[in-house]
Amino acid sequence: MMTLAELPLRILPPAVLAARRPHRMLERQWIVNRRGGWMIVLTGFFEPLFYLLSIRIGFGGLVGDVTDGGRTMPYAEFVAPALFASSAMNGSIYEATNIFFKLKYEKTYDAVLATPMTSGDVALGEMLYATFRGALYSVAFLITMWALGMTASIWAIAMLPVAMLVSFAFSAVAIAGTTYMRTWADFEYVPSLMLPMFLFSATFYPLSSYGDWQWVVQLSPLYHGVAVVRGLNQGEWAWSYLAHVSVLVAMALWGLSVTARRIDHLLLK
Amino acid sequence: MSTTPLIVARGLVKRFGSFTAVDGIDVEVHRGESFGFLGPNGAGKSSTMRMIGCVSPRTDGELRIFDMDPATQGKQIRARIGVVPQADQLDEQLTVQDNLMLYGRYFDLPRAECRRRAAELLEFVQLTDRATSKIEPLSGGMKRRVTIARSLVNEPELLLLDEPTTGLDPQARHVLWDRLYRLKQRGVTLVLTTHYMDEAEQLCDRLVVMDGGRIVAEGSPRSLIEQHSTREVLELRYPAGTNEERAPDVAGIGDRSEVLPDRVLIYAHDGEAALAEVHARGSRPESALVRRSSLEDVFLRLTGRSLVD
Amino acid sequence: MSTPAPIRVWESHFRLYRTIWRSNVMGAFVQPFLYLLGMGLGVGALVDRGSGSAELLDGLTYFQFLAPALIATSAMMVTSAEAMWPVLGGFKWQSGYHAAAATPLSPGEIATGVGLWHATKALIAGSGVAVALVFFDGTRSPGLPLAVLFGGLTGVAFSSAITAWTATRDEDRSFPTINRFVITPLFLFGGAFYPIDQLPEWLQWVAKATPLWHGVELTRNAVNEQLEWDSTAVHVGYLSLFVVLGWLSARRSFAKRLGR
Repeated sequence: MMTLAELPLRILPPAVLAARRPHRMLERQWIVNRRGGWMIVLTGFFEPLFYLLSIRIGFGGLVGDVTDGGRTMPYAEFVAPALFASSAMNGSIYEATNIFFKLKYEKTYDAVLATPMTSGDVALGEMLYATFRGALYSVAFLITMWALGMTASIWAIAMLPVAMLVSFAFSAVAIAGTTYMRTWADFEYVPSLMLPMFLFSATFYPLSSYGDWQWVVQLSPLYHGVAVVRGLNQGEWAWSYLAHVSVLVAMALWGLSVTARRIDHLLLK
Repeated sequence: MSTTPLIVARGLVKRFGSFTAVDGIDVEVHRGESFGFLGPNGAGKSSTMRMIGCVSPRTDGELRIFDMDPATQGKQIRARIGVVPQADQLDEQLTVQDNLMLYGRYFDLPRAECRRRAAELLEFVQLTDRATSKIEPLSGGMKRRVTIARSLVNEPELLLLDEPTTGLDPQARHVLWDRLYRLKQRGVTLVLTTHYMDEAEQLCDRLVVMDGGRIVAEGSPRSLIEQHSTREVLELRYPAGTNEERAPDVAGIGDRSEVLPDRVLIYAHDGEAALAEVHARGSRPESALVRRSSLEDVFLRLTGRSLVD
Repeated sequence: MSTPAPIRVWESHFRLYRTIWRSNVMGAFVQPFLYLLGMGLGVGALVDRGSGSAELLDGLTYFQFLAPALIATSAMMVTSAEAMWPVLGGFKWQSGYHAAAATPLSPGEIATGVGLWHATKALIAGSGVAVALVFFDGTRSPGLPLAVLFGGLTGVAFSSAITAWTATRDEDRSFPTINRFVITPLFLFGGAFYPIDQLPEWLQWVAKATPLWHGVELTRNAVNEQLEWDSTAVHVGYLSLFVVLGWLSARRSFAKRLGR
């Protein structure tokens, strides 16, 4: 019998389990950002502000109230948590393109792997950084939501850990995907994958409006993040959150294991 | 001190798909030695170095470094070696100093210790005044020196240098050779690849000549030259394109001769005497040069090709 | 007659583009198409059933309001990105401009060729949206080709100014900031998603001062066949002013950077 705790051991390659120094990659990012790089991170705070403001003062007025799962709420309250989850996704995918640059052009990891650092350290470390960076944005986003009166309950604070999970899951899969990219031209396809997810994850209108096509929406990993944060923002708890969260956890494990294998394959030839 | 060699390879093979880069080589490198892999591009030198550096699994054969197996103890081995890769692979997003600092952290050295060593190493490679510079504006020679400093941050017992001076100007090469020579004096074991015979002669106590993934000769630079070449070489240049037809004129002079596209080489113990005989036969090359034999000649003799084309 | 110099610069960009055109053209059509399905139809349904929205949108459905504006916003997005990293790359990473400057091409001709290339990219992006619009009843309009041209004009209004700026830069550090503080806010507050009279008055003036709003008005009116001579002339004139000023300063900064 396999217990739940053993599951990750079966799924993850030894390279990830043996990772002892992933935090060194965070240290690297810290040094990189120390000189001015934080400005980019800090100015990222304005992005949610602009989005939420445009909904608050411009768009919300056009739409009015929406009803989702039997509860009627102002459109801003409905859409803000979804944008919150989407921004966690976008941030980690953006970071993955940086990793392509480091992998292909700067050859950052070749030098790292000549030391006692392992491919598991690199994979996990870069994902942790993407998650950390995403978490910073999420905090900013949540504060902005609160300041603009778009949070409906104190439980909105619980949206943060969910955002971090979304961030980690998407960065794991995005970095895994990046290791298969050959040239920048391949990245042209990325928006064609992300955009449908962004648009059709019950982001802008309730799941119920999809009628018989709701199952398609449920295929989108982002939807699972959106469903949980939207509920939490309203201060609701449901057992279905566990199912949503496990989808994201599975995605994270899968991405992590593919990445570690691929980095071995690409760099340790 | 143990007498076990630092590196032992037996029948070491590296294949990429159907291409065999390293085709069963035997090598032993001892502590304190300066050991070279000499060969043209594509001889299998870099693949061998990557296997020794534990960043490339071997396909077949035996390889032990510090009496450990790279396949299972790569981490422990890498902790004790320094690597100067062919492309510097410096972290372009960091300053010179931060490159060294961070590299030390990869070896789990405490921050204060990293800082101390970084300062000391920059002094050693004469780049203290560039400590806070970014990598990009540095010259090729400076980048190379930063890479060497970086490779020393864990105080390695074994230093692997893959073509340390390829692409550098003569002055930068001499600065680098001088630094490497000092390291050797400190007892660091050096293993380097090169396709420059002068570099091999300068730096290596012992070397192997590689061609097509195999070792074709082994020994000290001097003994290789003695074994496979003559003391001196006479180089004759005839008008372009006529070397081939002029060669018979000078046949039989010296021990043997080689006809290259741009010149005719005559191997002889006494080059001046050979030249006198060329003149005596009435052959009038455009220019003639007598020089000492080098590893280039050894390579030509062994493979029929020159090292640098 | 030999090919004019800027066209030869344009050609070199085009040659490079031919290796990636498939994915790029697909993206230029697929992305707006999805956007229109998601935002246009989906959110449109929410908006149109709301009270008073018809009045706010000047009698248009939300789809008819939003969809044509995407021609202008896509052109802006594509050309502004094109005027940042690739232009800096021409000076710094691939150094293509330095190589070009070593030939009889003058820096001004190189700058003009780059501008022509940006116009091409804007037209490709706009056409992608226009093709997507053909698939929807409310926007299948004879004004689409004209709207694509207006989109091209909008795109170059942005790219010429940004190109001039990029040509003075050594690092790409300012680019994310431009995206964050210029491009994204314009996208959100430039009148594409809702009429700007929803905004506070001072913000309306800011919106009207930027090229995007003029582009949005032009494309929207063209597709919905509501163009009027006087307002069109003002919008086109205003955008052209940006193009000319941007082009002149781009020529200057190219001349400075390429040392002539």
